[in-house]
Amino acid sequence: MARAVAGRQWGSNRTSAAVSRYSAGMTSVGTNVARKDGMDRATGAAKYADDLRFPGMLVGRTVRSTIARGRVTGVTLDFDPAGFTVVDHRDIPGENTIALIEKDQPCLVNGVVRHAAEPILLLAHESRDALIGANVRIDYEREEPLFDPERSQQVFKHILIEKGSLDRGFARAEVVVEGTYTTGAQEHVYIETNGVIAVPERGGMALYGSLQCPYYVLKALKALLGAAVKDIRVVQTETGGGFGGKEEYPSVIAAHACLLALKSGRPVKILYDRGEDMVATTKRHPSIVRHKTGLTRDGKLTAMQVDVLMDGGAYCTLSPVVLSRGVIHAAGPYRCANTRIEGRVVMTNTPPNGAFRGFGAPQTQFAMEVHMDRISETLGIDPVTLRLRNALKPGDTTATGQKLGPDTSAVEVLKEAVRRTSFKRKRAKLAGSGRGIGLALFYHGAGFTGSGEVMLGSRAGLETTPNGVRILVANTEIGQGTRTMLSQIVADVMGVAYENVDIAQADTSVVPDSGPTVASRTCMVVGGLLERCAKQMREQLKGVSPAEHHARHGRLHVETQYEAPPGREWNDKTYRGDAYATYAWGCDVAELAVDPVTHEVSVAKFTAVQEFGRPIHPAMAQGQIEGGSGQGIGWALLEHVVMRDGAMANAQLTNYVIPTTLDTPPMDVVMLENHFPGGPFGAKGVGELPIDGPAPAVVNALRHAGLDVRAIPATPEALAAAPRLAPSRSGDAA
Amino acid sequence: MKFTLNGAPRELDAHPLKRLLDVLREDCGLTGTKEGCGEGECGACTVLVDGEPVVSCLMPCAQAEGCDVITIEGLAGNHPLQLAMMREVGAQCGICTPGVILAARGLVEAARRPTLERVREALAGNLCRCTGYEAIHRAVLSAHAELHGPSAKSAAPVPAEEAGA
Repeated sequence: MARAVAGRQWGSNRTSAAVSRYSAGMTSVGTNVARKDGMDRATGAAKYADDLRFPGMLVGRTVRSTIARGRVTGVTLDFDPAGFTVVDHRDIPGENTIALIEKDQPCLVNGVVRHAAEPILLLAHESRDALIGANVRIDYEREEPLFDPERSQQVFKHILIEKGSLDRGFARAEVVVEGTYTTGAQEHVYIETNGVIAVPERGGMALYGSLQCPYYVLKALKALLGAAVKDIRVVQTETGGGFGGKEEYPSVIAAHACLLALKSGRPVKILYDRGEDMVATTKRHPSIVRHKTGLTRDGKLTAMQVDVLMDGGAYCTLSPVVLSRGVIHAAGPYRCANTRIEGRVVMTNTPPNGAFRGFGAPQTQFAMEVHMDRISETLGIDPVTLRLRNALKPGDTTATGQKLGPDTSAVEVLKEAVRRTSFKRKRAKLAGSGRGIGLALFYHGAGFTGSGEVMLGSRAGLETTPNGVRILVANTEIGQGTRTMLSQIVADVMGVAYENVDIAQADTSVVPDSGPTVASRTCMVVGGLLERCAKQMREQLKGVSPAEHHARHGRLHVETQYEAPPGREWNDKTYRGDAYATYAWGCDVAELAVDPVTHEVSVAKFTAVQEFGRPIHPAMAQGQIEGGSGQGIGWALLEHVVMRDGAMANAQLTNYVIPTTLDTPPMDVVMLENHFPGGPFGAKGVGELPIDGPAPAVVNALRHAGLDVRAIPATPEALAAAPRLAPSRSGDAA
Repeated sequence: MKFTLNGAPRELDAHPLKRLLDVLREDCGLTGTKEGCGEGECGACTVLVDGEPVVSCLMPCAQAEGCDVITIEGLAGNHPLQLAMMREVGAQCGICTPGVILAARGLVEAARRPTLERVREALAGNLCRCTGYEAIHRAVLSAHAELHGPSAKSAAPVPAEEAGA
């Protein structure tokens, strides 16, 4: 039996005035306290990388390859080098690498070019005009590039997940449905482009920048600079959006700025313009996912075979872990005793693809959810009933064999979304009208995959200040509200006012390594560490307020380190066990119309019902859902990365289109609560969940509108060419 | 060039083709105006020139000669829209926020309550990647109610579909 969803239900149709307002002395968790950084943003006072200047600062520029594969045979400086700092691979004091999972990606090309826009040479000058005017000629010996991932023989990572027996499952099947689904690359389009400033200081180096993971950058700089630079610190500046795009890439631009600063002895700023940012930096991995599914005639899953292929681009970057999250989510939130998921991420001669909100799970769940609607059409069972018959419930096991806890809400989010949208009535009413309504059911693991958190061993700290307490973590504020949300947790555990909690700037010389700001982990994992810190500190304070204690005894400091919860097991070799600490659940419904002439799609309404434990700050959590949904709708319909000769051909916002106010539908957001005992105040993670659902919900609505779509972006051109579906095949007559 | 910047007369030497954006950020030290794309698509660099929203990355500074230019620094910090953006979490990463606030200021200050459709149209040139725009719309409408009272006459009837959103 499905457990009733505990706690409150938040919906966007309440007015914000109705939400309990926080005032000092109250508990802050669950209320919409004033964002720590809200006024700085509303007044323009917040300082981003490009707003900072240092005395004697130079501007840096990256000279990049114009071919996708080959060898550099000559570099000629066609300008007067006076006043310029010029750096190539020979200037690297340590290893010529961007250290991440592997060390396969060079910082600067040493002969071999593996993708277009690969960095070859660095220039710095006082004057931006002089820098732009400097002409560098690169000669190449070209080789035939490989752009088709299906033809690639170089596999960065292969993963196999097996449960039960496929043979037995297909033997029991009365119907078999197969399909192939593809997703395109997606550009992050954080509105602030990548930018850093390297500043030589006291024989060391400080790196200021727009980034998500200061300790990733520190690791890369240590490998690059070696013994030549003793003290390196990385400081996050205000960051104008990340979405995963500033998870691993900032290590590259930081490495470049540091090399120029080292050689010139002066501060160097590198700031990409939009075109360079789009051409050179990572994208969401394009995917091809094949499904073969066995079912009984009444729609019960008996066998699921899934094959996942992702295009990693020229270097490994984070592809193995993107694939990992992708394959673990590939069977969707469904129960099936016999499942086999095989995934590969391969090399091609395009700029490396990398982290993007959702991290592989949006690609595989797009395939699963569109496939579910195709099964629904084939069997003549409506999409809601089909999903209800198979949705995971507490006590069920996932494809990796993880037994799900009581905070499993697939059925609840589905039922609420269907009820709220009058889904079945609209589904019948709209059939054959050129309009459509579609849904998607999905889930998202919170925190690092498998043993990731154990290997990371994150540390978080708390110290007293003259005003109260200060949080010491490396987790960054990139818009999502880290400062505010973590302060709320600490305030309520300590029993101090929210106003008396502040948070140190993420500077690796000040804060411990609490891990990267990724994987929907900041609230659940880092918030959990801070919850323990706050409990310890409260005990040590023995009833004295932190400010009072600070005045009497000086600074009190506590630190905690991640410990695996008892009973959680994971095997990295067999991919069996508890893949995530827990999961968040969602059901999205898209209602849309397709213009019969232009094939332009207008999404009229979007409903998102999501359960992620407990919203610490309901308005910010709602913002995550609304923002992620908008981004997902863009990925589904508008955002088309056009590759030509291995480089993005539409690298500008004029023709890589993201949703504007006019493309983004009114949204009805419902946040169900089902508390997770392993997270602070019952919280899980909400950063990524919202991007899993929109694309399949939109495509399923397009299918309901009569278009046989199995690939995104579903641009008007693609829709004009899409085969037509007969209305009778929509599966709703049954 | 001579112009009025945030209410005070200003005189400076700049190449007439220098972008107004760069004059504001570099010559005047006002970094609240942001660059997002440099091609007039994202609206992050929006300022008011003689009261009208303008993308300052596309305007040569000579064009602002003698004009009245308002940047985010020209708002007192307690404008109802700034407070509403704070309250409604209309700003997440904040990089688009100054441009959004200046683009919507006119709507908030006009006596008639804008419809949601009007808010969408007015902000169609300001890209935000964080919010999905919903919280920004709520902030604009809330700021208008704060300034003129919730019962201000609306510019046009609100369609039934919007009323529930």
